[in-house]
Amino acid sequence: MRDTASPLLAIDDLHVAFSTRRGIVEAVRGVSLAVARGETLGIVGESGSGKSVTAFAITRLLDAAGRITAGTIRFRGEDITRASSKQLRSLHGAAISMIFQNPRGALNPIRSVGDQIADAITAHEPVSRQEARARALDLLKAVLIREPDKRLDAYPHELSGGMCQRVMIAMAIACEPALLIADEPTTGLDVTTQKTVMDLVARITAERGMAMILITHDLGLASRYCQRAIVMEQGRVVEEAPPHELFSRPRHPYTKRLVAASPTATSTIADLAPPAEGGDAPAIRPASAPAGERRRQPGTPMLLEVQHLVKRYDGLTAVDDVSFAIRAGESLGLVGESGSGKSTISRMVCRLIDCSAGEILFDGQAIGSLPARDFHRSTQRKDIQIVFQDPTDSLNPRFNAFDCIAHPLRRLLAMKDGAALTERVRECAGRAGLPFDLLERFPHQLSGGQKARVGIARAIACRPRLLILDEPTAALDVSVQAVILQLLDRLRREDDLALLFVSHDLNVVRMMCERTVVLQNGKVVEQGESQALFTAPRTAYARTLLEAVLHLGGPVAHPAGEMTPAAT
Amino acid sequence: MTASTLRHAAWVLRGNPVTAIAAAGAFGLCLLAIIGPAIVPYDPIASDVSNALQPPSARYWAGTDQLGRDVFSRLIVAARLDLAIAASAVTLSFVLGAVIGALCGYAGGRLDRYVGRFVDVLMAFPLFVLAMAMVAALGNRVENIVIATAIINLPFYIRFARAEVNVRRNAGWVEAARACGDSHVSVVLRFLLPNVLPAMAVQVSLNLGWAILNAAGLSFIGLGVKPPTPEWGIMVAEGARFISTGKWWLVTFPGLALMLTVLCFNLLGDGLRDILDPRMRT
Amino acid sequence: MSQLSTIAGRAGRRFVSSLPALFGVLVFTFLLMRVLPGDPAVFFASGPTAGKEEIELIRKQMGLDKPVPEQLLRYLGDIGSGNLGRSLTTGQPVLSDLRSRLPASLELTFSALLIALLTAVPLGVAAALRPNSAIDHLVRFICALGVCVPTFVSGLLLIYAFYYLLGWAPDPTGRFDIFTSPPPQVTGFLLIDFALARDWEGWSAAARQLVLPALTMALFVVAPLARITRAAMLASLGSDFVRTARSLGLSRRKIVVTYALRNAILPVLTIAGIVFSTMLGANVLVEKVFSWPGVASYALDALLSSDYAPVQGFVLLMASIFVLVNLTVDVLYGIADPRVSVE
Repeated sequence: MRDTASPLLAIDDLHVAFSTRRGIVEAVRGVSLAVARGETLGIVGESGSGKSVTAFAITRLLDAAGRITAGTIRFRGEDITRASSKQLRSLHGAAISMIFQNPRGALNPIRSVGDQIADAITAHEPVSRQEARARALDLLKAVLIREPDKRLDAYPHELSGGMCQRVMIAMAIACEPALLIADEPTTGLDVTTQKTVMDLVARITAERGMAMILITHDLGLASRYCQRAIVMEQGRVVEEAPPHELFSRPRHPYTKRLVAASPTATSTIADLAPPAEGGDAPAIRPASAPAGERRRQPGTPMLLEVQHLVKRYDGLTAVDDVSFAIRAGESLGLVGESGSGKSTISRMVCRLIDCSAGEILFDGQAIGSLPARDFHRSTQRKDIQIVFQDPTDSLNPRFNAFDCIAHPLRRLLAMKDGAALTERVRECAGRAGLPFDLLERFPHQLSGGQKARVGIARAIACRPRLLILDEPTAALDVSVQAVILQLLDRLRREDDLALLFVSHDLNVVRMMCERTVVLQNGKVVEQGESQALFTAPRTAYARTLLEAVLHLGGPVAHPAGEMTPAAT
Repeated sequence: MTASTLRHAAWVLRGNPVTAIAAAGAFGLCLLAIIGPAIVPYDPIASDVSNALQPPSARYWAGTDQLGRDVFSRLIVAARLDLAIAASAVTLSFVLGAVIGALCGYAGGRLDRYVGRFVDVLMAFPLFVLAMAMVAALGNRVENIVIATAIINLPFYIRFARAEVNVRRNAGWVEAARACGDSHVSVVLRFLLPNVLPAMAVQVSLNLGWAILNAAGLSFIGLGVKPPTPEWGIMVAEGARFISTGKWWLVTFPGLALMLTVLCFNLLGDGLRDILDPRMRT
Repeated sequence: MSQLSTIAGRAGRRFVSSLPALFGVLVFTFLLMRVLPGDPAVFFASGPTAGKEEIELIRKQMGLDKPVPEQLLRYLGDIGSGNLGRSLTTGQPVLSDLRSRLPASLELTFSALLIALLTAVPLGVAAALRPNSAIDHLVRFICALGVCVPTFVSGLLLIYAFYYLLGWAPDPTGRFDIFTSPPPQVTGFLLIDFALARDWEGWSAAARQLVLPALTMALFVVAPLARITRAAMLASLGSDFVRTARSLGLSRRKIVVTYALRNAILPVLTIAGIVFSTMLGANVLVEKVFSWPGVASYALDALLSSDYAPVQGFVLLMASIFVLVNLTVDVLYGIADPRVSVE
């Protein structure tokens, strides 16, 4: 398949630098790669690896601060590294197209999608407005949008994220380019939407013989849709191979770590990262057994019981009759796509918002009926703590790490400043794996992983009995996620903490939780032992969710399968 | 923390000479407002008709007015009154606006909608007309200029504090504070307001200039401060009669004083934003 | 069609929501009439020479002996029927005074707004297209300076430069010089009336009178308009959808005009509404400087001679204009942005 004689795109020793307030930063340092006609190449890496910058350098869409300092980019044998803006304009869309992350933002909010697709066509072909419109309609059909003739006059805000991404794809393929660059095309979409969108892209590129560069942080995605993948770290290519080889037998240490850190259908917490890995992960003992194998004494009393919980907002029911229970020391997963009400439930259990109906029993006491605004006075406030999704957003920008961790101690345990408080804060920081010398720093001076540790240290400071984890690793890179998950698992064992683990990532929940609740549109669809639920789901929705999960080393997708128009 | 703030301020000022100049200018103005009357060469009130309408010279740096009073001396003495009016008006509206705005922004719901609507409507209203009518209704006195200026500034602060608090009310660290045992009131006062104040300080600085212009405008049309009190707006109004006959200095110098003062505070406001934002610290 | 109805609905909602403010202004002016020193009945009497019996009679007629709420009701009724009282200074009913003077103010304000928009929007766009270029620095300098110069000072300096020094501008008093005969009154806007009468000499005389005051007021609002245009244009040029348009190879013209500018116009529109009402306020200063026979100078003269009925009429008039302006902005916004129907 690969035509080494004349690749469609050949990049040789590319360097890209950005001028920032703190001087020149080199984001890409000597990347070489080639893409053959009709081939799909994956570029995999964590944030800061330079994978997106490489993509934007190819199309020369870098923002004003960035420029190519060395290297060449050849497209169809022609050097386009220094192409004029006029040359670039004739390449863009006609020969090389891009699809982006955050599809809704990528579309003009005040122009109908039909007009936007027509713009893409008339930019390169001398067709009349009517003809362009007719072609736009065909394209909407091609990207499987339901009722395409109505959608032609719709504005982006009237479409869902998945639909917007389909429109984006329609625009990108409008002039049949030879190369499609997809920059994290499914990040931010729900898993099921993710799968249908990627299947669509794979099928379209295969049908039209287009080459594709798929840029992603998700090894599973690369493994499923690419014929070849390269791994980037800190602006360099560290390894290149077919994905199944790359992910089953990684050679470079970074790839090894990355592959290990990616949760799979069979991995355990202990597998995620080798013990005592330096840097960000000081001294973490591996868990002895996967979560599913631990057995609670059946006689252990329930710590938390949620009964028929309901939350309504302005006539909309976000949470509808949800019941579940957690024993002391047990870990329960709450799984669902966006809009499933999982975050709302976590806020209600944490008593940050009031529930419309239903009861929450903690330790046998009804706490659901206490108004959330007065719960800060309750003696149980310190027993229920929460770790938030975005570590940056969850820390007060004006508190340093020490004050963040000391805050609950001062408030809930009424500790005064002094040696005892310092000792306690240091103990919590230590348990969360946060070096003491970082305690003086402000959030903006800490990395994502370090901020996550501050958030965890704060949550365990008062020795809670129930810890709510609201997508605690969703904003983190996989390698950081791995150590954070290990940390949480260890803390849980040490303190016999009960966990309510809210997540959209099924693999993570399977590893972390003994039991799992699957939510859809605010209702419980299925709940049970994780082991059983993940191997043999009983309901169709749970099955769909599981099937959408991408596995490393799985087979390359077969894009030929017939697909039906989706409303997503 | 104060030490690091000072260090950061010094760093910002070094990298941004315009802010440094503006800060120096603002400081100089405040100093002038305090010691001005003690250092002026001539009595700002006493008239000397024999020396009326002299153009600027070595003796009268900014010329003399129709009553022979030294324009330069009057300019210096006027700084105190102009700054005092603006500063007290802005302080009044800042305090009220920050509290009302923060409460509305955090509480949300119906109260917030009503206050928000009211503020929107008020802001779009010709505020200068409102101030005029208020001074007319309350009485033509300096205190009422302050009150009128404060009231027409209030909507800006309410809206600003409201918006700033509103974007943060669902932030993780606000919820975290509640999980750590803070009440709603304590979240607003101890968490949200400190985070919002830097941005509001910028507004204060920008607004001070605006308030000075407003107060001067009111006295220009004959409200508030009365002659012969030296005040920049009145000085322009008195000079206006002579502009058609080419006596430019009567209007130009008080105009320049107003302009430079406002410019100083505006530039300082832009600079303050950089100093107070902890995210900009290296 | 459905878009039209949503816009109408939005405009209607906005109108209803501004009613409380209008009512507030009404109550305010009512209090203004009652709180102010002096006898309200005097304002409505035929003139300063009105006899004691006449005032007493009017007092009865006005119901000033009745309780306050009833007086408020009567007052609202009066305003509803267009009875705004009588001006002491001119001796005319306030309503007819305002009606005859309003076109002068509006002509000034609209010309100034037009000049300001025609200057500010291109400047802002040019600055945003080339950040950190000479033109960008120039625009930022103008913006920084523009907000600092009070209108009454810039107006006087313009007079000094263009009337006294250069002699280009005519005597800065009024809407036309004494040698020009006024055109037959149709709209009250001199430029339009002269044009209708095909009196081009008169037209140019009126235009020459208008230039300096309009320029003064425009100078005052160019800065905020240019600043918001620049900021909005920078934001939309840096947005993801412009990047998409570039990635598809759209022409530069299409990217700048259809994609960036049309999105950037939305915040400019909002600010233009606020700017317009600021200009209504600034009218007071500019009309005083140029002895412009508009409603603001009328109200100001009345205010300074303790003649409060015109002031009250003026405030009410401003409130109504401001409601109209807001409605216009809303309708324009609804046409320009399809998203408003969701909100």
